[in-house]
Amino acid sequence: MFATRRVTSLLPSIGNTFQLFQTRSYAKKPTSKTSKSIQIDFKVPYQLHKCDGPATSTTTNSEEALGFYREMNYIRRMEIAADGLYKQKKIRGFLHLYNGQEAVASGLEYALTPEDHVITAYRDHAFMVTRRAGGTAKEVLSELMGKKTGCSKGKGGSMHMYNAKTHFYGGNGIVGAQCPVGTGLAFAQKYLKNGGVTVTYYGDGAANQGQLFESYNMAALWKLPVIYVCENNQYAMGTSTKRASFSQEYFKRGDFIPGVLVDGMNAVSYTHLRAHETGRNLV
Amino acid sequence: MKALLSRRYIPKKSPLSTLFFRSSTFSPTAVKAETPSADTQHLTGKREKLNLVSAINNALHIALESDQTVCAFGEDVTFGGVFRASLGLRNRFGPDRVFNTPLSEQGIVGFAIGLAAAGGKPIAEIQFADYIFPAFDQLVNEAAKFRYRSGNEFDCGGLVVRAPYGAVGHGGLYHSQSPEAYFCHTAGLKVVVPATPIEAKGLLLASIQERNPVVFLEPKWLYRSLSELVPLEPYEIPLGKARIYREGKDATVVGWGAQLHVLDRACSMAKERHGIECELINLRTLLPWDKQTVIESVKKTGRLIISHEAPKTCGFAAEISASIQEACFTYLEAPILRVCGYDTPFPLIFEKFYRPDELKNFEAIKNTVHFDFSTEL
Repeated sequence: MFATRRVTSLLPSIGNTFQLFQTRSYAKKPTSKTSKSIQIDFKVPYQLHKCDGPATSTTTNSEEALGFYREMNYIRRMEIAADGLYKQKKIRGFLHLYNGQEAVASGLEYALTPEDHVITAYRDHAFMVTRRAGGTAKEVLSELMGKKTGCSKGKGGSMHMYNAKTHFYGGNGIVGAQCPVGTGLAFAQKYLKNGGVTVTYYGDGAANQGQLFESYNMAALWKLPVIYVCENNQYAMGTSTKRASFSQEYFKRGDFIPGVLVDGMNAVSYTHLRAHETGRNLV
Repeated sequence: MKALLSRRYIPKKSPLSTLFFRSSTFSPTAVKAETPSADTQHLTGKREKLNLVSAINNALHIALESDQTVCAFGEDVTFGGVFRASLGLRNRFGPDRVFNTPLSEQGIVGFAIGLAAAGGKPIAEIQFADYIFPAFDQLVNEAAKFRYRSGNEFDCGGLVVRAPYGAVGHGGLYHSQSPEAYFCHTAGLKVVVPATPIEAKGLLLASIQERNPVVFLEPKWLYRSLSELVPLEPYEIPLGKARIYREGKDATVVGWGAQLHVLDRACSMAKERHGIECELINLRTLLPWDKQTVIESVKKTGRLIISHEAPKTCGFAAEISASIQEACFTYLEAPILRVCGYDTPFPLIFEKFYRPDELKNFEAIKNTVHFDFSTEL
């Protein structure tokens, strides 16, 4: 029995105009006749803050859909294995699992390009094994066990996984600390004019950190190509959102930054959303 | 659940390790009885065997009960806290005095400073000392300077910021740090580190009544692994006074917190294998530290070793070393040694190599005692 977990997304603003353009993705367009296109209507509508919303349905095909399913399942199995190893004390230290949140990583990563940067907090195992990142569970599990074949040579552990080639900046232990860093990455991209955006993930707990508001302000002031994604799993460490946050509408917390509340359990809603964002137009 | 947690901190020991002192695992049964010069010998009331975290819990209950202006808050404290240090407080004292804060360390400490300035006695918990850095500005620029900048019009003397610090066996980069040196560099604060359950309770109660802001660092390694017969009545241990944990004449060894027990084992090894009798001093308060006790001891022994988990460069041992060589230069028979962590982030998988364990300290004791000017150390 799952509680629906909603996830919010915030977008950068360039005045009030948005352009819709095609979804970019890594999946090949269906070539076989058997892979017909499927229309998906979103049961849970988007909620919007200071922006026009994307359409309420999208089209995908069975290849893409199966691709999502496979990836999310892979992430889940990997996390379950990590959990088992932790209970056997083969993994020491702290372990933060991504169970239930796979759709967020799968969906959004699917719509990113090689120039895009990603940075997240300590719940980072999934980001190493998405299609974009192309890592394997072996690298992740080795890292968790502190072996030198791990992705950070065993020195980082669960919370510190990185991949320079695919611009995955980790993997950060201190809550909220990745947000100003992500803002800086976006600035670098704008400066270097490489057309990419930065996706900065954080949680509902980090939403109460002051450095986030500092980041929002800088991003809006300098029109940076950054997307802040709040993964609301309804608990900040041990305290539930309604006891920790006055406003639980995390997508509105950016105030002057447009926001969208996205159904976190639906991977396809992200690819569609990515088509809608305006990072490109800021350059 | 409690049993599970306590089992976690009892490491496996092979018979071989006991024989050859090769393992540096901490044995919870090796609890030292109170020395004759102990702090609570005069108390005759009821005692109970408590571990360090239970002693802290006991102190918090006493503080909240006896003084209406005391309140306790932090992340996840209402269910008892991630280490169970605040167990039972919420049910007993209500949501006005014991409450959860959002995940905002800077906000927590700033808020606590304001509350203290208005006359309250807040006990703010930072979940791990590694997370204290967002609050560093508030502590250094606000708390430490409140009294000075207002010419004593205001002060935030009632403030206590509690945080578990130090290695725990598996903490890694962000659950094992010892940030005491950063705060010792700030005049206006007091920094207190207990090493036993009796000290934890007495020092915490003294810190709460202290009229200056206190950073109270609790060694999380000892939370469950060290137990003592702690008096249940209220008592305070004065801040700024060190305690001679072990008397000796050959070398002075200085430490605090969890490291004290590592040093105790190193001193035992030195005594049993080489007949070296070390004087082990537990500083307890780092700012201000009891310079006089250490000076008197070094004048007696002529040799000094200081040990802490924090990295060597600009660790607190550097301050002690500089001060002692100023005061006792002609009494020193050997260079002052510091046995500390390496100048790297606190590692995860390499923790066993990083920590200044009893073997490294044993070697330092041998080196300092056998030092002569014709050889290099």
